[in-house]
Amino acid sequence: MTEMEVKFIELDEFRNAMQRERERGMDFLREIVGMDWGEEGLGAIYILENSNTRENTEIGVRTTEREKPQIPTVSDIWQVAELYEREVFDFFGIEFTGHHDLRRLFLRNDWVGHPLRKDYDASETLNPVRLESEPAEEFQREYDIQDDKEMAKIVEKLKILHYDQFIINIGPQHPATHGVLHFHLALEGEEVRKVDIRCGYIHRGIEKMCESRTYPQILPFCDRLDYLSAHQNRHAVCMCIEKALGLELTDRTQYIRTIMDELQRIDSHLLMYSCMAMDMGAITGFIYGFREREKILDIMEEVTGGRLIQNYYVIGGVQADITANFARKVKEYCNDQKMRIKEYYDLFVNNVIFRNRSIGVGVLTREDAISFGATGGTGRASGWACDVRKRYPYAMYDKVEFKEILHTDGDCYARLLVRLEEILESIHIIEQLIDNIPEGEYKVKTKPIIKLPEGRFSASVEGTRGEFGVFIESHGDKSPYRLKFRPTGLPLIAAAHKIMKRCKIADLITIGASLDYVIPDIDR
Amino acid sequence: MIDFSSIVTAVDCFLESAMPHQLAIVVKCILAAVCALVAYLSFAILMIYMERKVCASFQCRLGPTRVGKWGLLQVFSDVFKMIIKEIIEIKDSDRILYNLAPFLVVMSSIITFSCLPFARGLQVLDFNIGIFFIMAASSFGILGILLAGWSSSNKFSMIGAMRSGGQMISYELSMGLSILTLVVLSGTMQISEITEMQTKGWFIFRGHIPAVIAFIIYLIAGNAETNRAPFDLPEAESELTAGFHTEYSGMGFGFFYVAEFMNMFIIAGIATTIFLGGWAPLYIPGLEGFNHAMCYIPGSIWFIGKTLFIVWVLMWIRWTFPRLRIDQVLVLEWKFLVPIGLINLLIMTICVVMGWTF
Amino acid sequence: MEIKRPKIKSIPYEEFKDNDTLEAMIAQINKERTNVLLGKLDDLINWGRSNSLWSLTFATSCCGIEFMSVGAARYDFARFGFEVTRNSPRQADLIMCAGTITHKMAPVLKRLYDQMAEPKYVVAVGGCAISGGPFKDSYHVLNGIDKIIPVDVYIPGCPPRPEAILYGMMQLQRKVKIEKFLGGKNAHQNRKEIPDEPIIVTNYPTGEDKKE
Repeated sequence: MTEMEVKFIELDEFRNAMQRERERGMDFLREIVGMDWGEEGLGAIYILENSNTRENTEIGVRTTEREKPQIPTVSDIWQVAELYEREVFDFFGIEFTGHHDLRRLFLRNDWVGHPLRKDYDASETLNPVRLESEPAEEFQREYDIQDDKEMAKIVEKLKILHYDQFIINIGPQHPATHGVLHFHLALEGEEVRKVDIRCGYIHRGIEKMCESRTYPQILPFCDRLDYLSAHQNRHAVCMCIEKALGLELTDRTQYIRTIMDELQRIDSHLLMYSCMAMDMGAITGFIYGFREREKILDIMEEVTGGRLIQNYYVIGGVQADITANFARKVKEYCNDQKMRIKEYYDLFVNNVIFRNRSIGVGVLTREDAISFGATGGTGRASGWACDVRKRYPYAMYDKVEFKEILHTDGDCYARLLVRLEEILESIHIIEQLIDNIPEGEYKVKTKPIIKLPEGRFSASVEGTRGEFGVFIESHGDKSPYRLKFRPTGLPLIAAAHKIMKRCKIADLITIGASLDYVIPDIDR
Repeated sequence: MIDFSSIVTAVDCFLESAMPHQLAIVVKCILAAVCALVAYLSFAILMIYMERKVCASFQCRLGPTRVGKWGLLQVFSDVFKMIIKEIIEIKDSDRILYNLAPFLVVMSSIITFSCLPFARGLQVLDFNIGIFFIMAASSFGILGILLAGWSSSNKFSMIGAMRSGGQMISYELSMGLSILTLVVLSGTMQISEITEMQTKGWFIFRGHIPAVIAFIIYLIAGNAETNRAPFDLPEAESELTAGFHTEYSGMGFGFFYVAEFMNMFIIAGIATTIFLGGWAPLYIPGLEGFNHAMCYIPGSIWFIGKTLFIVWVLMWIRWTFPRLRIDQVLVLEWKFLVPIGLINLLIMTICVVMGWTF
Repeated sequence: MEIKRPKIKSIPYEEFKDNDTLEAMIAQINKERTNVLLGKLDDLINWGRSNSLWSLTFATSCCGIEFMSVGAARYDFARFGFEVTRNSPRQADLIMCAGTITHKMAPVLKRLYDQMAEPKYVVAVGGCAISGGPFKDSYHVLNGIDKIIPVDVYIPGCPPRPEAILYGMMQLQRKVKIEKFLGGKNAHQNRKEIPDEPIIVTNYPTGEDKKE
């Protein structure tokens, strides 16, 4: 799945073609990559997958119109496309006809220009740092599809929230949003009537910055996307570049990377458990999770020199070899963690109050999970076998034995259980590898200046929150022409939209905690 | 056992003889108020320190260690900080109610506090319907919380206030029922008399099964009354930022903070008084030597010891359980605690009538 | 009465970095004389304030996780009396700005700062809050929060280690200790005035742009 063959479809045919793809079983829209090909026009690449047969297809569409580029929407075919298309609209100004709520997703409403276009004017005078609040958008903007292929008109008809409703803002500064997410809620008593999720409060424009960086310079940004799966993010980018270059890695590197990925996964799942406990009001549970997390950080620190952001994987290997104590410490830790997990169950997971608050709350069905592309623990809690480690094994994952944890309830409780059971599974993987790390180089030599051959490349790994993918379009330079990360959190936010409706405020917090998103990963 | 009433009477006689009757009453009132306030504040400081240390040890932490020996002065520095903090006037708030609310909450808890019998005769307020008075005075605090949320023109506060209204008024009921169960057993509502009766055995032992059930119901309801986890919905940190006191800064917030801790102490104090014999020492019929030895421990130590034990239990619950949801809070009350409380009251009545108590 | 060098329990004065700044502040404050009584009262108040710095939980990205670690069992900032993190800005003493501040977040941060009750402090945690960090040349990142709110302590790092955060908090304690609350003006009041009405700042103020 590294080198991509994109099938381009004419604009007129596009919607029908997409509908045909859906009918033939392509139910998982992995991502929509907005593109600006300069002379050739603006467009988008849709990466589709059949969740049963794991068949892949990539479909492209483009329009030469630059002033008012328009592409038909697919948001009624795949539910996640609603947010994906808003993102593309935000970054490229491509209007999706038929989309019923086309607002900017990340940037302010009064932002001038579309930053990921190649001709974007980044001057400070156009978009200074404004200190007044953003003008609120009151209406959903719908772009009508018209038969005679004329310019679609903006129809402003649906009010997002009515002022006679009891409207509250949870976020952007709120203890339970895990960062700076903004839930705009209409309440009726304690019940949530309507949710409007606003992101972009930590949109740092990483994808745009990558276009002006060399490949090794891109890597530090990956750690800061989803800082709790920093290693996996870097793994995806390194893997993509290495495959494009045709680099063969040593076994030692693969072993180290797999172990580190799994340690990072445990770290992140522990944090998820901790934060869930804290959001539910059990602060002691939070502290217990952090106590064990510190031990992982210790191990990582000894090897990589960093606690949270480690800059460890590099193209062709890893930054530094593992230390002599590494294997011993990891084994000690694994044994300890297995005992501690029971403590979490006793303290929090089996607590009657927690069970009552989470069982049957925020149910996401399997169909919805696929349609929203909610991968990772969330998808697996709904019964969708979406683990990239099983679907497209990379590193050592095809040589170790491990179970893919699946639950079928799809509620908050199942989502937490999946994480806790995955911790044990990760420990199992680590234990198979830790004693057999082969001798050898931890890094292969690369050229001083790395240039990728022309083409489109993609790779994905199982991040801790789902499938983390990288898409690189290279024109043969030392920096990518376009680099797109598949955020693990954005599909979760899209799903949250749906499952948060008609729940109570307290449930909203539970659902948010159980989905386990990291905002800097959503906003990039 | 020292009887403090003799000291109180001596002071009373001295004042009456030294000045005219009216003035003496004024001076006595002031004296009593000062004593009650000083005791209130010192217990508040003790409680906050205890909460921090207890919470820390539940969480494998150390808690305050650096301000004073073992962090003993930590609470004092918090108090100084709180006093000098700016008090923000909120635009569009109902100014009178907004400023009144914290005082209502503190007032209610001080009045209830002064009903607690710390030792024989060491009690500010004591009259024949003492139990009723305690319940009336403590429910007064809900008003303060409701007003705080209502008047600060903040939607989070508003939700917090409405939650607290629903929750606290409901739990008042089962609290009343469980206290009533014990009133049936004791046959009096005067607090001093209730405690006096328990010198020959605590009510929780004498009333056996119905008394234990009432005790458990009382602890649950009392926990809910004080707005502490798992019933901390009105301030639900992770949902409503700070709930009904979101807009309060400086001492306004300080009053709520102190009142929360003192309400916990008061709830524990009432539980001690009614169920665990107040200042009465442990009495086991038949073991005269043991009973005699127990009497050498002063009554106030018995009272404070038992109260702090219950406070510790409440803190244990606070730092272990996650928070309930508002509908679950109400279901627990109306579908479980109230019916059980009513049946329990009936059982107790039958027990008393049939003479099945000890 | 003169303000003396601030003491931090069990850490000698010389071990702290950047004592010059502190001494310059002390010299400036000591130019005004106040009477002994107010001075003593000030000492007491400052002792209280410096040992009870409650921070607002404000975290936007990675640094926030390290901030959580500081609160957890191993680093336990409750030892210092920074225990209570308040979620309501009204009740917080300092805003610990942990993470990148973007264009969209800047007005929110400014508003949070304005909502806090005096005396209030700002700690900029991590490279992003200090200068924009790795995202300095991004189109959507504010290069340093000191462009919109006055910062008292900078804690560098990406993200700073928990020890660094504790050290930064101790530096803030030292700064609080040399302020005057009752007697005379203090450095806190002398700091750069930032106008109340909404202003537009550009990322790189160059003479004319500043006026906009």
